[in-house]
Amino acid sequence: MTFTIQIENGTEVRNAEADSQRTLYPYVTGTSVVAIKYKDGILMASDMGGSYGSTLRYKNVERMKAIGKHSLLGASGEISDFQEILRYLDELTLNDNMWDDGNSLGPKEVHNYLTRVMYNRRNKFNPLWNTLVLGGVKNGEKYLGMVSMIGVSFEDNHVATGFGNHLARPILRDEWREDLSFEEGVKLLEKCMRVLLYRDRSAINKLQIAKMTEEGVTVSEPYSLKTFWEFKAFTNPTVGAEGSWLYDN
Amino acid sequence: MDLNLDAPHSMGTTIIGVTYNGGVVLGADSRTSTGMYVANRASDKITQLTDNVYVCRSGSAADSQVVSDYVRYFLHQHTIQQGQPATVKVSANLIRMLAYNNKNMLQTGLIVGGWDKYEGGKIYGIPLGGTVVEQPFAIGGSGSSYLYGFFDQAWKEDMTKEEAEQLVVKAVSLAIARDGASGGVVRTVIINSEGVTRNFYPGDKLQLWHEELEPQNSLLDILNAAGPEPMAM
Repeated sequence: MTFTIQIENGTEVRNAEADSQRTLYPYVTGTSVVAIKYKDGILMASDMGGSYGSTLRYKNVERMKAIGKHSLLGASGEISDFQEILRYLDELTLNDNMWDDGNSLGPKEVHNYLTRVMYNRRNKFNPLWNTLVLGGVKNGEKYLGMVSMIGVSFEDNHVATGFGNHLARPILRDEWREDLSFEEGVKLLEKCMRVLLYRDRSAINKLQIAKMTEEGVTVSEPYSLKTFWEFKAFTNPTVGAEGSWLYDN
Repeated sequence: MDLNLDAPHSMGTTIIGVTYNGGVVLGADSRTSTGMYVANRASDKITQLTDNVYVCRSGSAADSQVVSDYVRYFLHQHTIQQGQPATVKVSANLIRMLAYNNKNMLQTGLIVGGWDKYEGGKIYGIPLGGTVVEQPFAIGGSGSSYLYGFFDQAWKEDMTKEEAEQLVVKAVSLAIARDGASGGVVRTVIINSEGVTRNFYPGDKLQLWHEELEPQNSLLDILNAAGPEPMAM
């Protein structure tokens, strides 16, 4: 960290330490993560894209990872920062295991840890450029929370990052229920992911859905969604348009 | 400062790393530019880190060189401590450490490729920011923009060594044709269990692409050759 002090006669004095450490902008980014609570636990979905500006450069990036036995972390934003966060969590879970006392970190604890990390980095003007979704089940208790790059942290029944906030959450607000079955939950998430695929330029058609229950955490194999393009207005767009010779009868 | 989040800094060079059934092939062009001037038309962008791990450098020449030098130094010590050759994964991670922790200052994209006895041939892409991505093939540098479509179509799993090298040479050659920041010769490095082979493909040994003409010694040779045929009626 550097501090630049302006003395009266205009001389700048710089701290002997390394150059100004502030993350200015992200390079390789992941797009939305969407997650919901359902009857048996948590379901989370994200695609496998790593964008480099407007180029869809990497198409096999796993943006959801299991943390310990009880939690799953999904991330959008800068992938290198997500990889660093996974290293911090590795260290955290390792130290937790070293106590060898039969206890293990639950989602609440991991979420709290991440909140502290993200907020402290924000205070130093050197954020980890991610929005994180943390979900899990421990001792029958379902937990779903989110932390942003500026340290805003909260829990809810359904969360989404990035574009998902604008496109997925309205769907979830309308259709989410406390007692969704696994099948209903997956269908609901897929509905959100399909809309994101249609309307988010940085989305790719290769996604994973993760399931968290008391039994444990599993992440599905990558798969693709079918899309629909056969609306009459799509196949024949100029029919009925102002000034066209084609009429919509 | 203009925070144009959608336009990453473009980098001079074309670099490629490809795995095949037995090892990896690394390839690169040889142009180093200072603005519009070609400072070195025959540079070697494929740098050795250990006997079995090499790295393709793109972006700032200085940054990529200093990162390679540090990692070579660390790997040398690591090899002595381990008593056996370093793995490709460890090499990639050391590059990642420097790239990530100095992301504010460095402007270099790297492709690490090599062979070790545990995992065989592996390629790791390390773009700006310090993300590490293990891939069956990787492309980088400004010239790579012209190769995404090409590789989507031409890449296949389990190529032979010859197929892989031909693919790399063709790709670098295509990128050179369209990217002003790439040019010169195509250099390749093949790494497998048997060792390392370096190859050199000068411009005149490469296939001609669209609107490129066969090189001549002089106009005079063309004029002195057979005159134009009279038109048939």
